[in-house]
Parts: sequence; structure tokens; C-alpha cells
Amino acid sequence: MNQRRSFFVLTAMAFGFAFLYIPILSMVVYSFNYSKLVTVWDTANSPTLKWYTALLADEQVLNAAKLSLRIAAINATGAVILGTLAGLALARFGRFKGRTLLTGLTTAPMVMPEVITGLAMLLLFVAMQTLVGWPAGRGVTTITIAHITFSMAYVTVVIQSRLLTLDESLEEAAMDLGARPAKVFFVITLPIIFPAILSGWLLAFTLSWDDLVITSFVSGPGSTTLPQLIFSKVRLGVNPSINALATVMVAVVASLVVVAGVWMQRQERRRQRDVQMALATNQGGA
Amino acid sequence: MVIVEPVCQRGRDPVVSRPAYLTLGEQFTAALSALLGWGPVRAAQSRLKEWGLTGRVAVTAVPYLWLLVFFLAPFLIVLKISFSSVEIAMPPFAPLVQWASDKVMLVRLNLGNFMFLWEDSLYLSALLNSLKMAAVSTMLALLIGYPMAYGIARSERHWRNILLMLVMLPFWTSFLLRVYAWIGLLGRNSPVNQLLVWLGLIDEPGSLLQTDWAVYIGIVYSYLPFMVLPLYTAIEKLDMTLLEAASDLGCRPTRAFLSITLPLTREGIVAGCMLVFIPATGEFVIPSLLGGPDSLMIGRVLWEEFFNNRDWPVASAVAIVLLLLLVGPIMLFQRAQQAAGGVHR
Repeated sequence: MNQRRSFFVLTAMAFGFAFLYIPILSMVVYSFNYSKLVTVWDTANSPTLKWYTALLADEQVLNAAKLSLRIAAINATGAVILGTLAGLALARFGRFKGRTLLTGLTTAPMVMPEVITGLAMLLLFVAMQTLVGWPAGRGVTTITIAHITFSMAYVTVVIQSRLLTLDESLEEAAMDLGARPAKVFFVITLPIIFPAILSGWLLAFTLSWDDLVITSFVSGPGSTTLPQLIFSKVRLGVNPSINALATVMVAVVASLVVVAGVWMQRQERRRQRDVQMALATNQGGA
Repeated sequence: MVIVEPVCQRGRDPVVSRPAYLTLGEQFTAALSALLGWGPVRAAQSRLKEWGLTGRVAVTAVPYLWLLVFFLAPFLIVLKISFSSVEIAMPPFAPLVQWASDKVMLVRLNLGNFMFLWEDSLYLSALLNSLKMAAVSTMLALLIGYPMAYGIARSERHWRNILLMLVMLPFWTSFLLRVYAWIGLLGRNSPVNQLLVWLGLIDEPGSLLQTDWAVYIGIVYSYLPFMVLPLYTAIEKLDMTLLEAASDLGCRPTRAFLSITLPLTREGIVAGCMLVFIPATGEFVIPSLLGGPDSLMIGRVLWEEFFNNRDWPVASAVAIVLLLLLVGPIMLFQRAQQAAGGVHR
């Protein structure tokens, strides 16, 4: 399968990866810069941790981060539940009435420009408030509902494509042996698609944690999320403590990705070893 | 001498012993399956089935209802409000339906918002400019992303996953902060400027910030992973023997690429391009942080109508026009997505 890659392709790859990583690295490097000017490296006093201490002392940032974490966690859980159900329906139930519409509704939020989704959701919440009195005002509840709606689309796609690549014969065998659909799902399907569910959860978490535009439309006074706070700071110009914040976030994400990657690989290896052992024992016994 | 063999044989074949450990997930599923077999749960289940509420219906209905209420219905409301007129109230628009007397219902459809969009050249030029910016960025992303995806798909299996993860990793870090990083990189006396001067491409160190180029760079940079991933999926599925056959028959690599690789990876190209083009057209953050005051994009116009002018009806009309423009691309994307799903199966 491995084929010689031309000089052109290798250059393009190097360029692409440099393009992806240089901005991030520049933020990391300049977060240790003493000077307030982002483009001037103060050799005499750098590296310094002063922007990190400033960040830790900033109540506003900490509160916004806490709020964002809370919304992201609730959102991810809700989106995973709804997205798994939708993915299951799309991948396993064949042709049912309204399938095309459901497909459309689960792919459209992924590409819909955020300003449109944000405006639409806000107008819905306003209309609902006048009609049924709920949700009263805008804040954490409306942000969470809006986030679940657009991030469940991503989860659906992840789960659906995992289910489509999955061999259905295991589930069919369980059914033939008399297991009921709910049991088949919880005992067979769920453990197999668990990695996909986990990555769906993380994806939904990130989407929510990161969202500025939709949040700005549906948030109210007193519910400022971290992206909203960053945006208002960034608009005033470059600010080295934002570099420190970015570095912290990059470090957390990178280590989480590495840990998750290693953990998943280990699980996969363990499972394969079990399967092989089971096969060997069965053959030995027969 | 008698040797007692510790074999437990109770009249059946040796059973594969359970692995000594039980993961958390396995404990969870064991508990759940016990719960599902429990009498009252089974009774409730069959009662629900009598009412026509099978598990299958419930599984479909819950996400379906959610999306109908929170995703489809809002668009109908946007459509409604785009025909309303602005009023100083909360919410700041006039109701569409009024009761003139007890029996007479008055529906006031205000086409003024759409007329306003058509007559004021600002909106039309913002719309055209957005389409242009999104199209150019999509082409640039395709030009950078295709060779990358190709190179990754042709790497050794072990490297492929690592490289893919490296493409995805920036996506997991804050989009806003990654756009912000370019403010420092593109500003006056910034590294990029110095590089361009050194290369002799520009004469004096000016600022790339607040130009269209800054917006192009920002969009390509932010959306590149969305371009690379579908392309990678398509290229990875490509049957390599076709290329070998072509080469055996004397086909030059360039020709083989144009007549085999490119057409066979079309779904990936379409999906990747749409994943960049559609959101880029309505992009707000990138033009407002990197673009100049004169580089108008429709997402920014909508934002300003809504937040600064508090003109909800005009903002809704802008959203409707943008949506109508994007219906074609969205359908294209969905078709590509479904075709890709079909190949999986």
C-alpha cells in the first residue's frame, strides 16, 4: 500500500503542517515574553511567567471558564444521547417515513452559517417565551439548548458512520438467540461503539466550549462564556495574557488527546488479545 | 497414584472463561441488562408497545422532535419576522397578525425589508463580496489540502493515524484563539511581513492585517481540517491497482491523476469544498478580527444589523437571502455526504 510520494507532495505536506502549527507555536512562545508588545521579544527579561500569574488572578476569566466548562459538559452529554439515538435510527432502521428529512436536519447544522443558526434560535426562544413563558429570559438554559442542537448533528454523523462500518452479524446473532432489541443495544452495540460515543462526547464538548457566534445571540446578561470574554478582550487589541490562556488550553487539549489516544490503543489491543484467546480456547476445547 | 485434575466438567463443553477484569463499561452493561430483564420493566415495555410506542419509534422520535422544534421551527420564525417591520418594543418588531375587530384578521406582510436589501447597495455588495471571499478561500484550501490529504493517505499505516491526528489537533483548540494568533503574525513588523520583505515580494514592511488577504489566510487556516478529512477518506478508499494499471499501459502520472484519481475522489472534493464554502460565506469572527472596515462580509452585516442597529426584521431578511443562496451548496453537500455513506455500506 505504501507508495513513493513525490517531492511535490512531501513539500505540500510540510507546508500544510507548518501553516497549521506556526500560529499556535507563536502564541505559546510569546506567552513567555516579558514585553507587552506581541511582536517584540524582550530578551533581557524573558522568559517570564507573569502573564500566567495575571491570568490566574483574573476572576472574570476564571468565572467565564467555569461557566463554559459547565455548559460544555451538559451539552456534550445531551448531544451524545440525542446524537446516538439519531445515528442508530439512520444507520439501523432502514427506510422509514421521514428519513430524508431527518438526514437533512442532522447534516444542515454542520454547514449552516452560525449567524443564521444563532439568529434563528434566538427568535425561537423569544417566541416561546411570549407563547408559553419558557424559557424565561436568556442565559445558561438557552445557550445549552442551542449548543445541543448544533453539536448533536456532529455526534450523529460520528455514530452513524461507526455503525455503518460495523458488522451487523453480531447484533443479528444476538437477536437470533432471543435477545430483545434493547438488550442487544446495551450488551452488544453500545460496548462496540463506545469509542465513537466517547469521541462524539469530546467533539460536542469542544464545539460548545469554543462557540462564540451562536452563544452571543442566545445568551443574556450575566452569562458570559469564555469565548465571549476572549472576543471582547481581543477586539481591544493584542493582549499577552490571552497568549497565556491559549497556551494553557493547547497544553490541556494536547495532553488529553495523547492520553485518549494511548488509552484507546491499549483497549483495542486488550480486546483483540481477548478475542484471540477466546478463539484459541474454543478451538482447543472442540 | 491418582492425579486429580482441576477440571470443572458439569456435562458441558469447556466454556471460555471470562477475563479476570471487568471494565467499567462492562459492569454498566451487565447491570443494565439485568435491569432490562426485570419483571416490572418488561411489563411496562409491553404496555407501551400496546400503545404503539415501540422502542424503535421512541429512538427515532426523540431526536426528531428535538430537531423539529429547535432547528426547523426557528427558520420558519425567521421567515415570519423578515416580513415584519421594526418597532421600539421588546421584542423589537411589529406582530404580523393583528385582529382589526373580533372577526377580521389582519395580516401585514411587509416586503420593505427585502426591498431595502435590494435598493441599498451595501447589502448586495456585501453578499457578492462574501461569495467571492468564500470561493477564493475554498480554492486555496483545496490547493493546500489535496496534496496534504494525498500524502497522508499514501503514508505507512502507522504514520497515517498520527498525521491525521496532527491535522485534527488544531481543531480541538479554540478557533477564536487560533484566529487571534494571526493578528500578531500579520501585523506591522510581524514575522510574516519580515519574511515577505526578505523574499522581495513586498518593498516595505506594511501590515497585512485589515486586508482581504488576512481574511483569506484566516479562513483557509481555520477550515483546512474540514477540507483535508473528507479528501483523505476519499483518497484512502481509492483502488491503487487502477493507477498501477494505468502506469503499466504507459499513462503519465499527471494524466493518470487527472483522469483517475481526481474523478474518483470527486465526492470527497465536493464534501470538503462545501464544508469550507458554506460556513465561510456567513463567517463573522474572521472578517471582524482580521479584515478591514471596508471588507464587508454578509455575516458581519447581519451581526451589526442585529446587535448594533437592533433591526431584527432586516437581520432576518439578510438571513433568509443568505439561506436561499446557500440552499444549492447545502443540497450538494448532503448528496456528497450520502454518497460517501453509501460506499461505506
